[in-house]
Amino acid sequence: MTGAPPTLDVRELKTHFFTKAGVARAVDGVSFSVGKGEVVGLVGESGSGKSVTGFSVIGLVDPPGRVVSGEVLFKGQNLLDLDEEGMRNLRGNRIAMIFQDPMMTLNPVLRVDTQMVETIRAHDKSVSKADALARARDALGQVGIPAPDERLRSYPHQFSGGMRQRVAIAIALLNKPDLIIADEPTTALDVTIQGQILYEAQKLCRETGTSMIWITHDLAVVAGLADKICVMYGGRIVEQGNIDDVLDHPVHPYTRGLLGSVPGHNTRGQRLYQIPGMAPSLLNLPQGCAFQARCPRADDACNAEPEITEPVAHRAVRCFHPHLDENEEIGA
Amino acid sequence: MSETMLQIDNLTRNFVKKLDLAGRLAQKLGSSIREEVVHAVDGVSFSIEKGGVVGLVGESGCGKSTLGRMIAGILPPTSGRIVYKDVALTDMNHQEARRAALEIQMIFQDPFASLNPRMRVVDIIGEAAVAHGFAKQAEIHEYVGEVMKRVGLDPEYRRRYPHQFSGGQRQRIGIARALAVHPEFLVCDEAIAALDVSIQAQVINLFMDLREELDLTYLFISHDLSVVEHISDRVVIMYLGRIVEIAETDELFREPNHPYTVALLNEVPRVDQRGLDYKPVEGEIPSPLDPPSGCHFHPRCPHAVDRCKAERPVLREIAPRRWSACHLNDGT
Repeated sequence: MTGAPPTLDVRELKTHFFTKAGVARAVDGVSFSVGKGEVVGLVGESGSGKSVTGFSVIGLVDPPGRVVSGEVLFKGQNLLDLDEEGMRNLRGNRIAMIFQDPMMTLNPVLRVDTQMVETIRAHDKSVSKADALARARDALGQVGIPAPDERLRSYPHQFSGGMRQRVAIAIALLNKPDLIIADEPTTALDVTIQGQILYEAQKLCRETGTSMIWITHDLAVVAGLADKICVMYGGRIVEQGNIDDVLDHPVHPYTRGLLGSVPGHNTRGQRLYQIPGMAPSLLNLPQGCAFQARCPRADDACNAEPEITEPVAHRAVRCFHPHLDENEEIGA
Repeated sequence: MSETMLQIDNLTRNFVKKLDLAGRLAQKLGSSIREEVVHAVDGVSFSIEKGGVVGLVGESGCGKSTLGRMIAGILPPTSGRIVYKDVALTDMNHQEARRAALEIQMIFQDPFASLNPRMRVVDIIGEAAVAHGFAKQAEIHEYVGEVMKRVGLDPEYRRRYPHQFSGGQRQRIGIARALAVHPEFLVCDEAIAALDVSIQAQVINLFMDLREELDLTYLFISHDLSVVEHISDRVVIMYLGRIVEIAETDELFREPNHPYTVALLNEVPRVDQRGLDYKPVEGEIPSPLDPPSGCHFHPRCPHAVDRCKAERPVLREIAPRRWSACHLNDGT
């Protein structure tokens, strides 16, 4: 994946919300890239700015929010320079989005086939209705919907939650996008259904070379799916790198704390490591490192803004006191 | 082993969707339209020992919340018995029933919906305690302060309203409300599902501390197997209203017996599991309105034989303290 330019290159993106209570810096200087066929996991807790990052890339930030500065380079082109017309041509075509609630994608009063044909023909008028229908049917089959011919004529409410999410994914796939942004698409689903969706998603990326940004709060989901991971806190990426590196040897105290809080095979009967306190309000972020109030390693240095460093190879970390000794206890 | 706290015998709960006037007319005129019955909980039996933590796991619609509500006395069962401390709830006299209702407390999933937004925290936590004579109205602030400290809330906040707290803090308020009436048995229905990872860890630790300090018994209802593995001694797995397996936590996770349990365990994403390449269990969760014949899991089960379609498997003890409802255990 080196050499060729990445599918998406986000540089110093800042999206702020200008509310009556003050400016909320939801995304504050986020940089990452997604290579062709790569799955990047964007992980964080509520209010960390992970969803707003996704919305900023696809140009769906509503007022009072605004992308303040930065670049979103999609195959070399800066999306922030495009007008609404230009964005509309890309959206649903080259870049698609999958939402947590599939009913956000689907129109409840239109049949699935109507919506799918519309998606295709909105971007390419030369496709005949019959061809569009055939493509829609293939897409439903591709995401594992049984009897796609019959299901095309159904309304969204006739599908179960998992099936609806598959339809939403099928619609995202219709125009063979280069990039899919998935915002917590499996959070509302049951475990066995989540397993099916993750399986389909991974298969698609491998087979079609589609890149994907997978936004989630669930480290375990990303562990099985992503190639790279970006951990967000307080509107910034605090640690990013290859999935195995980051999860096996986390360097940022927040990543370590997060991993320590996840119950697993070896934690039975023990106390989980808990990050003290709670996430700060984006309206009122502390000076310097946003995590310092909860961080066991914080000292006076953390009052200054931590820059991105590379304390270990292939890892970008915003921290003055990264964990470099692997044998240290979590929380030390 | 130790004494039994709670025993459930063949507990069943049906929900009937009554026909409306048009439906009844149609029926009179010979239409095949019928009342729809959901067997939310269908002949469930198990017991919980004093001081134990039993995890109740299942996907949506399996009846785990309905079961929890029946045990907590919020919902009357259609048939079957709930025996609390050797007396069936239905055989209790007024005084016993009142004591049982206080001793069995429930903690709900949604910390936003389960607290009255117009009441101050001191009243939310203290109301029941005062009404049942655990504290005098004059000492309510002192009493509530003590309970708040126990769950890690600052008693200074007791005059605030629920909306002034974060999700994790609200869940602590819900726990404090339950603890205020000196319960012995807590039914936690997805009590941490709505919380962020780092806050989840805090609340799980709180549950474990309380168990030791107050000698509590838990029924911990969750769809999250990792959490259940961490916290429970025994696990009950439900599928479409029936129990499919009961086992000690260690044994269940080391050697699951029922094919559904196997599928669930395979599909729980885990942080230490990278690059999924399993084949997920196929098919959807059938509608509880129209469950499959015989073993409910047979349409999705990779080992299903003809017998599974015809005959409901009985929950049998397959090893000491280990129960499973699968025909495969009968051997052939």
